[in-house]
Amino acid sequence: MNKAATFLIAFTLMFLGVSACMAAENMVEIKGSDTLINVVQKLAETYMKGHPDAGISVTGGGSGTGIAALVNRRCDIANASRGIKSKEVEDANKKGIDPKRVVVAIDGLSIVTNTQNPIDKLTMDDIGKIYRGDVKNWKDLGGNDTPVNLYGRQSNSGTYDFMKEVVMKGEYSPNMKSMNGNAQIVEAVKQDPGGIGYVGVGYVKDAAGINVLKVAANPGLGYFSPLNSMDVKTGNYPITRPLNQYLNGTPKGAVKDFIVFELSAEGQKIVEDEGFFAVPREYQRYNNDLLGISDNLDSSTTKYSVEGRDGA
Amino acid sequence: MAKHDNFREKLIHGLFFFNGLLVVIVLVGIFILLIVKSAPVFKVVPLKDFLFKATWNPTATFVAPSYGMGSMLVSTLMVSIGALIIAIPLGIGTAAYLSDIASPRVREIAKPVIEILAGIPSVVIGFLGIVLVGPMISRIFKLSNGLNALNGSILLAVMALPTIISLTEDALKSVPSSFKEASLALGATHWQTIVKVKIPAAISGIVAACMLGMGRAIGETMTVLMATGCSIAMPKSFLSSVQTITSTIAIELGEVPYDTTHYYALFAIGLVLFVITFIINMVSDIVLRKYQKVVK
Amino acid sequence: MKKKQFTQILGFSLLRTCACAVILVLAVILYDIASKGAVVINWKFLTTMPADGMTKGGILPAIIGTFLVTVITAILAIPLGMGCAIYLNEYAKDGLITRFIRMAIRNLSGVPSIVYGLFGVILFVQLMNIGTCILAAGFTLGLMTLPWTITASEEALKNVPNSYREGSLALGATKWQTIKTNVLPYAVSGMLTGTILGLSRAAGETAPILFTGAAFYLPHLPKSLFDQFMALPYHLYIMSTQHHSISKVRPIAYGTALVLIALVFTMNLFAVILRYKLRKVKME
Repeated sequence: MNKAATFLIAFTLMFLGVSACMAAENMVEIKGSDTLINVVQKLAETYMKGHPDAGISVTGGGSGTGIAALVNRRCDIANASRGIKSKEVEDANKKGIDPKRVVVAIDGLSIVTNTQNPIDKLTMDDIGKIYRGDVKNWKDLGGNDTPVNLYGRQSNSGTYDFMKEVVMKGEYSPNMKSMNGNAQIVEAVKQDPGGIGYVGVGYVKDAAGINVLKVAANPGLGYFSPLNSMDVKTGNYPITRPLNQYLNGTPKGAVKDFIVFELSAEGQKIVEDEGFFAVPREYQRYNNDLLGISDNLDSSTTKYSVEGRDGA
Repeated sequence: MAKHDNFREKLIHGLFFFNGLLVVIVLVGIFILLIVKSAPVFKVVPLKDFLFKATWNPTATFVAPSYGMGSMLVSTLMVSIGALIIAIPLGIGTAAYLSDIASPRVREIAKPVIEILAGIPSVVIGFLGIVLVGPMISRIFKLSNGLNALNGSILLAVMALPTIISLTEDALKSVPSSFKEASLALGATHWQTIVKVKIPAAISGIVAACMLGMGRAIGETMTVLMATGCSIAMPKSFLSSVQTITSTIAIELGEVPYDTTHYYALFAIGLVLFVITFIINMVSDIVLRKYQKVVK
Repeated sequence: MKKKQFTQILGFSLLRTCACAVILVLAVILYDIASKGAVVINWKFLTTMPADGMTKGGILPAIIGTFLVTVITAILAIPLGMGCAIYLNEYAKDGLITRFIRMAIRNLSGVPSIVYGLFGVILFVQLMNIGTCILAAGFTLGLMTLPWTITASEEALKNVPNSYREGSLALGATKWQTIKTNVLPYAVSGMLTGTILGLSRAAGETAPILFTGAAFYLPHLPKSLFDQFMALPYHLYIMSTQHHSISKVRPIAYGTALVLIALVFTMNLFAVILRYKLRKVKME
């Protein structure tokens, strides 16, 4: 018994000693959005394969968690699927943090329903009504006589916020079931004939076993699907949003290197593979300005209009 | 030499005394911390409203944020009481079986079974709620989704059972054998003895066991977080999705910016939870103390 | 007469059914996890890092993380727990303070794990400013495990016959010398048994480490105690709720659950064997 205890104590002391020397580890800490977590984790994994002495750790918790961590100096990069709020900017400045934004991907927030639900398109207004709790049965919209079952995210999620600000323009119905992640929402809606959920498009790119609704900004305009990358890139699909990463000040060193990788052709291919959309020209230019990279993009006339919260 | 020894002895005594006090310091520390970090919220929301209003929406942007934990309280109590409804009869029955009827060989098997059950981590039980109990519930009740209060109650019952069983068994074993012998001598059957003599004699210990089981159920976090569906509306039935106090803290604590009303509100519901479990523990303590007096 | 017998048979069957139901519950739990988890378990699963967006590969960092955190828990809980038990059993007199201490122990064991998490965030992560790391999580779990170690240690101390103490004191040894040479050596094994049970519970806890250091994905094993860490219970939680393709990684989740249960089970078994060996020694 004594031998084991002595050994354990010696081992831990050794570990402590070694760790004290290594405390200045150059680890890039990324925290935040669950929508982004899988694509950023994939990016980190690929980056580290090519740069073996780099260290990147990725944690979730929601956009709010990430930004709170950035403001409290507990991470280097905050993943956010929404824009930073003015209160958060205030807090940050109070604590000496200067939040800067990089756009790493574009998301077409998808509205999903069960395959048994005959409705295949809705207006933004209808979606708002459903999630505010004003529509309780699918038959009110011309569907089956099934009660509506709402699935959504938890309040720490940027997707939760974005949905509320842009689509619903009102508070969520308290009957919504708050799931911990996008994938859980997809699973739930797959099994629930009356279910409806909202998820990042990356989670439904295969669209197997689930309906992805076409959405119209107004009944007069057309209905577009988030699975069509052209419609997302040109802004036809009305529920698009930039997926952001917030940093403290202009990025330097290891953080900058990783961000440059994320925005490179290889990185953006990973973004598309994960089901999101690559960053279009306008945002590329903006990103490059921040990073201090000269851009050799031609001033094409592709006007990109993104409807949605944009980091105010 | 003796004086030196004496001083050393006093020093060591003092060290151990301080070590002993540490526990009290920790408990009081937790209490004080919760109070200090939650007090500011009551400047914004009166206590009655905070406890009983049903709407919890601290991140509201289109209306004023509301901090009412009424639905959370009801949800917490619902899943816990549901758990007890399942676990108390099962637990007392099993304990009675083990203490009075089972052969020593069965007892040898049962003891480790209960210990193993007690040792299963809450996250594993929650996981089973998602993959095993949920689909079962949705099949039986023809629901679309099996994540609701009933799921939570079943899982919490599994977690509270070991506590209830072992403490009830202890209580039954402590009933003096003279009670049992007298009853049998008077012509009662074994069963009648158990039901009419032993259990009433051990009732305080049994009540204490159930209260501790309830305390365990109320304080559970991961199990309810994963299996109850997380809907903040006031539950309509056991088949509604609910969100308990513990789930709310677990969900929102990571996101909330420090030192905002929302932050204080989370500590406040933590304080309410602490007070509830504290009261349950104190009451079960008093009951146990009375019970020991009676038996002696 | 007949009715009484009939009622008894019915009653006994009822009780027997209760007991069977409980055993059945455990059997179902173990069967489900073992059958669906065993398919994933192999040497590679236990010794490699997760790969490909955590849809392949192993859970090594979670196993190591849980191990490290449990070691820190032990470092806090064992000395402080033993010390408190020594005070209560060897030094304390029956008084108000002693009653307070015992009341505090009982109540601490009933405090919800998420409240310990809240406390840990404020005390270790913020006030002591060590950030979210293995130390913060370990200390938080250590506080949570204290009541267990104290109770178990006290039991062990109580089991040491008083004659050992009296004999030593009669020979002129001081109180501390007596404890050190005549009490502790005989109580240590019992203390450790209870402590290991407490540690096995700490290893399976998720709520206290949610905000004090557990991470979704780390590329290396933690290199210092001030690093974040992956942990088995947290890994199970994210694999079953937060991951990109939860149905694809369901087998990995089952595998994690099985490893976690096996770990807890092994620690319990170790403690039981220790207890058995201890009893054998005492009888000789």
